[in-house]
Amino acid sequence: MTIAEVAAVRGPGRPAEEPAIETEGLVKRFGATRAVDGVDLVIPRGGVHGFLGPNGAGKTTTIRMLATLIRPDEGTARVFGHDVVREADAVRARVSLTGQFASLDEDLTGDENLRLLARLLGYPRAEGRARAEQLLDAFGLTDAAGKQVKKYSGGMRRRIDIAASIVVRPDLIFLDEPTTGLDPRSRNQVWEVIRALVRGGTTVLLTTQYLDEADQLADRISVIDAGRVVAEGSPGELKASVGTGTLQVRVRRPDQRADARDLLTRVLGVEVREQSDPAGLTAAIGDAGPVARALTALEDADIGLAQYALGQPSLDEVFLALTGHTAETVPPSRDGATSEETPA
Amino acid sequence: MTAVASTPTPTQQHWTPDTAAVHEALVAGARPRPQGPLAASATFGWRTLLRIKHVPEQLFDVTAFPVMMTLIFTFLFGGALAGSVDAYIQFFLPGILVQSILMITMYTGVALNTDIEKGVFDRIRSLPVWRPSALVGALLGDVLRFTLASAVIISLGLLLGFRPDGGPLGVLGAVGLLLVFAFALGWIWTFLALRLQTPNAVMGWSMLVITPLTFGSNIFVDPSTMPGWLQAFVDVNPVSHLVTAVRGLMHGEAMAGDVGMVLLWSALLVAVLGPLTMRRYGNRS
Repeated sequence: MTIAEVAAVRGPGRPAEEPAIETEGLVKRFGATRAVDGVDLVIPRGGVHGFLGPNGAGKTTTIRMLATLIRPDEGTARVFGHDVVREADAVRARVSLTGQFASLDEDLTGDENLRLLARLLGYPRAEGRARAEQLLDAFGLTDAAGKQVKKYSGGMRRRIDIAASIVVRPDLIFLDEPTTGLDPRSRNQVWEVIRALVRGGTTVLLTTQYLDEADQLADRISVIDAGRVVAEGSPGELKASVGTGTLQVRVRRPDQRADARDLLTRVLGVEVREQSDPAGLTAAIGDAGPVARALTALEDADIGLAQYALGQPSLDEVFLALTGHTAETVPPSRDGATSEETPA
Repeated sequence: MTAVASTPTPTQQHWTPDTAAVHEALVAGARPRPQGPLAASATFGWRTLLRIKHVPEQLFDVTAFPVMMTLIFTFLFGGALAGSVDAYIQFFLPGILVQSILMITMYTGVALNTDIEKGVFDRIRSLPVWRPSALVGALLGDVLRFTLASAVIISLGLLLGFRPDGGPLGVLGAVGLLLVFAFALGWIWTFLALRLQTPNAVMGWSMLVITPLTFGSNIFVDPSTMPGWLQAFVDVNPVSHLVTAVRGLMHGEAMAGDVGMVLLWSALLVAVLGPLTMRRYGNRS
């Protein structure tokens, strides 16, 4: 049976019942530390799911359990319906790891790394070589094919990492902070590649500390802090869940500000604060519905506006509201570092 | 070449993602059946060879190191221990061969620990192949390095006047037996590599194991001059059996008992440490 035939038999058509990932009460202890402390997740197939959290929050440990690299101490986890402990091989056949989760042999060339993986994953020699060539070409690495991976630049390194993870098309790919340390151009390249993977039907689980990255890419986000999922939803839902956004107005004549304030308070039904700017007012709003009415009321009362703006809170503000600290203020130790320093 | 150079090709840094090509490459990926245990082990062995190609310094410890050991010990002790260099090397060469190869086996553990540290190990463990194949493959790849080291030492020995009475067949048999034991001993190092945190720690512990095993044996001198407690240790030390067997095979006076003991020890090492190692391998955090 040729590779193409095998592929045709297994095909892309999978039963759609089981979610990509399903966990119940997942716990992993390292000594006295509960690195993962009861994580419940249901991640549907397709799209990008973001794991957002500071270093040491338990993101990496959770993913290492999902990828069958370590065993959970409590709870269960299933990937496409397969238990990560009892059916580890079935899980391994469908997932791929990249980045800090799983690296390439830096002493070998990009081409050798890909051929090695292709051989292990069952490509015969000639097909494996062709597959490596195809991937190098698609990721713009043909000129660097014969170079040792340790000589690659940061951006090239991420590309070869991702290429290595799709030698066999994975149903689920774990991307660990794929753009950390990259310049903006390389970062955009990686984002484009991730979007291309999603279009190909692969489910992407992305960990990141960058809120704008989660905002840009993720369909849904789990916010993880101290080993627990503290919030979950689409970026928009998460922002809405912490209240909302703000309406900011500047009246044209500062002497009308008191009137404007009374009027907005009445129409919006929330507290309206005066800014240090003598013409500025700020109102925290629950939803954007009454805003149009409030603006019309101001116009009817002949209060002219120099400016108005409606803003959603940033994910930074969301993170702060949910965890009590910002993503950046946590000591910058590598996520999962505790796990490596504690003899298990 | 000039034609290529004159065509302005975009540099790697200014790559614009061709998402269509990425998409195509993704969906073109077939899903053949992963390699079986033997084929996967061979592929991991191939990796070890590729690494030698790129880091040829690795061959230093299988060539320069044994040459140095052989020369130093032969000329330093030869006269004192056996009356002459020529007489000593007949006794000593099989021993220094064993000593050199067993010391080189330690690098297997160091290399594995480096893989763990760099994250290569996690990529390998996440693949749907027979799990021991990565370790078996690495050990098999190393057996090739040991073969090279053996060839270097025996050639040097022949130059220095070593004359094995067992002939080529006896020498080949001796090397074969040594390689079997070296492969089995490798599991001690892989086990240590999985227990310890850094390559340096692995090296330190390995030295602690290998030094009594090799020096507390009959490699350098006849144990009859040693105190009783040391003789007792030398007698049960598997390395002594190995040295006796290798000496015997090379000089055509092999004793089946020693060969049997070596094979038994090898089987025991693999049977005990293989599963212990694989348990650590499966669940290393």
